[in-house]
Amino acid sequence: MGISRRDFCKTIAGSAASLAMLAVMPGRLLATWSEKAFAASKLDDAITAKFGSLPIEESSAIMIKAPEIAENGAFVPVTVSTTIPGASSIAIFTPANFSPMVASFDVMPRMKPEVSLRMRMAKTDNLVVIVQAGGKLYRTVREVKVTIGGCGG
Amino acid sequence: MNLSRREFLRILGFAGAAGLLPAQALAETGSSDIYNLGRSGDIRLMHITDTHAQLMPIYYREPSLNLGLGQAYGRPPHLVTGSLLKYYGISPNSKLAHAYTPVNYVDAAQRFGKVGGFAHLKTLVDRMRGEYGSEKTLLLDGGDTWQGSGTAFWNRGMDMVEACNLLGVDVMTGHWEFTYLEEEVRKNLAAFKGDFVAQNVRVKEDALFNGAKAYDENTGHTFRPFVIRTLGKHRIAVIGQAFPYTPIANPARFIPDWTFGINSSDMQQLVDEVRAKEKPDAVVLISHNGMDVDVKLAQVVSGIDVIFGGHTHDGVPQPFVVPNAKGRTLVTNAGSNGKFLGVIDLKLGNGGVSEFRYRLLPVFANELPAHKGMQAFIDKTRAPYLQKLQEPLATAGSLLYRRGNFDGPFDQIICDALRQRNDAQISLSPGFRWGTSILPGQTITMEHVFDQTCMTYPETYVRDMTGQDLKNILEDVADNLFNPDPFYQQGGDMVRTGGLSYRIDPTASMGKRVDNLRLLDGAPLEASKNYRVAGWATVGAKSPGEPVWDTVAAYLKEKKVIEVKKLNMPELKNLSNNPGIDLS
Repeated sequence: MGISRRDFCKTIAGSAASLAMLAVMPGRLLATWSEKAFAASKLDDAITAKFGSLPIEESSAIMIKAPEIAENGAFVPVTVSTTIPGASSIAIFTPANFSPMVASFDVMPRMKPEVSLRMRMAKTDNLVVIVQAGGKLYRTVREVKVTIGGCGG
Repeated sequence: MNLSRREFLRILGFAGAAGLLPAQALAETGSSDIYNLGRSGDIRLMHITDTHAQLMPIYYREPSLNLGLGQAYGRPPHLVTGSLLKYYGISPNSKLAHAYTPVNYVDAAQRFGKVGGFAHLKTLVDRMRGEYGSEKTLLLDGGDTWQGSGTAFWNRGMDMVEACNLLGVDVMTGHWEFTYLEEEVRKNLAAFKGDFVAQNVRVKEDALFNGAKAYDENTGHTFRPFVIRTLGKHRIAVIGQAFPYTPIANPARFIPDWTFGINSSDMQQLVDEVRAKEKPDAVVLISHNGMDVDVKLAQVVSGIDVIFGGHTHDGVPQPFVVPNAKGRTLVTNAGSNGKFLGVIDLKLGNGGVSEFRYRLLPVFANELPAHKGMQAFIDKTRAPYLQKLQEPLATAGSLLYRRGNFDGPFDQIICDALRQRNDAQISLSPGFRWGTSILPGQTITMEHVFDQTCMTYPETYVRDMTGQDLKNILEDVADNLFNPDPFYQQGGDMVRTGGLSYRIDPTASMGKRVDNLRLLDGAPLEASKNYRVAGWATVGAKSPGEPVWDTVAAYLKEKKVIEVKKLNMPELKNLSNNPGIDLS
């Protein structure tokens, strides 16, 4: 690679900034479906608000990469990918937070179904990932521990 | 080791089921010289771990309480005293029985003498190399080498780097190494003649963006993830796994740009890549995960021939054979404080190990003469500090040690000193597993206090905590120790308490293990009431108080003779017949 990681990051910093602008645009410009899902305070309500009441199947074709124990609960790095054919949406929830829905990604055709984010977790709890594909829902769950820390060794 | 026929067949059965036969299994060589191994296989790998900067010979009592629950029930390393001897078929009262267990500890320690010391270890390493052919051997160090003594603290670990260079360490990984500042770590590693490997330490993305140093800017690896070493005709890949929870169990402020984790999927990917590209004759891992985490890692990752484990300080006499998707992995753990040298001879073929012979050799200082060059280096290192180190503080009225799941007599001294010197109702002390043992009648010197307390964040605190805060801390630490999934454990033992008793059910779930919390006078702890609590080794921010070694030294000087008659053990629930417990 002829370009160093640092330079590469600098080059894309501009485009990242424009993405950030989108994120702070007034809420009413966002689609109403997500408003309800993001505002729900219970996990099941948030899932229903996002996907309706479709049946959910447990899946081993969704990979969650996240620390078993978070180094910082305010900043938990999570990467989700899936091999489910025709995946059109990846949504991430955790009951640890006051609003369990953390993020939802639309997966376009020809896009690699892999997303990364950093999220806050108020306490030890599950990450719940739901993938929609062809009118069906698939779920994988993974626990992330958020500790008080400090007595190991 | 006299192995009964039944035990022999049982161990053979484990290995056989995993498609692997140990060469000569555990049978004794017939010689009374435990160091007379002879030769077998194609290569010899040696392993030290968690020496905690103990340059001089010491006493170290193995635990009588090392609980295994769920899948780990009755499984190595969760066997103590008679259960351990029986499992491995080791004769009671033998030299090896003394090395691996605390049975009849004081008498046996007086009989067999001190263990470890880098000058004695060097003699043993040289013998193991010389008789095998140096070019076909490697010495691996699992880390926790730069911390644990006054001299290491004052030299910021550099004395241990020099000692390891003299010893001939080829490859190492780390944990307490990261309790020095990043620039100190880098300076020490620049002086280290071997390779430092860690696949699970990366530079955080924002730090990389700001120009932080990395071994590989594209992958973010802080250090080389693995190294290939050529031993005679064979090429061996050595991967490193640093302690995955360093910035949680120790202060993140010393190494703010680095991020850790078990990263088992990265490990599988790396093993696959190394096997495909390098085509080594064997892939081994030096790990600071802790034994239970290593056993699970060996279950979920295929393609590693041997894991040389540390962190949990378990002196495990033989490798534990773990079957996995594509074969099997041997998992070892080589104790602590320089007490043991793990030696494995491997016969290689078809990209893996076809036979092995393992010995966890205790380093008996009386049987291995000190290596002159190493001793001279140690003497020179200690000379400027000798007066401070040898300062007498008190006499031990009873056996003092630390290791055990819930309490050790020396921890009780620390807790009592913290309460008394800070006028606190309650004290807390972390459940570290380092720290040496002191026999009754021995003079307790400042060096012993450093053995138990020396680190880069020794400051003490006194602050108000509610009863609920205290319960939350106990629950949090208990889960780090007893979570049924080892990937959620951090290692270490339960936080020690002074002035506070409790009941614990380790088999219960997170948040529900600890109850019946009481003050010294028997009064129940109230959730919303404030209590004055003293402690040390805070991970978050630096505490304002004096270093804990001053607190403990002042307390000991005042006491003159110190005797711990009864351990501050919690009441244990649901643990009957656990082979990891012997309270006799």
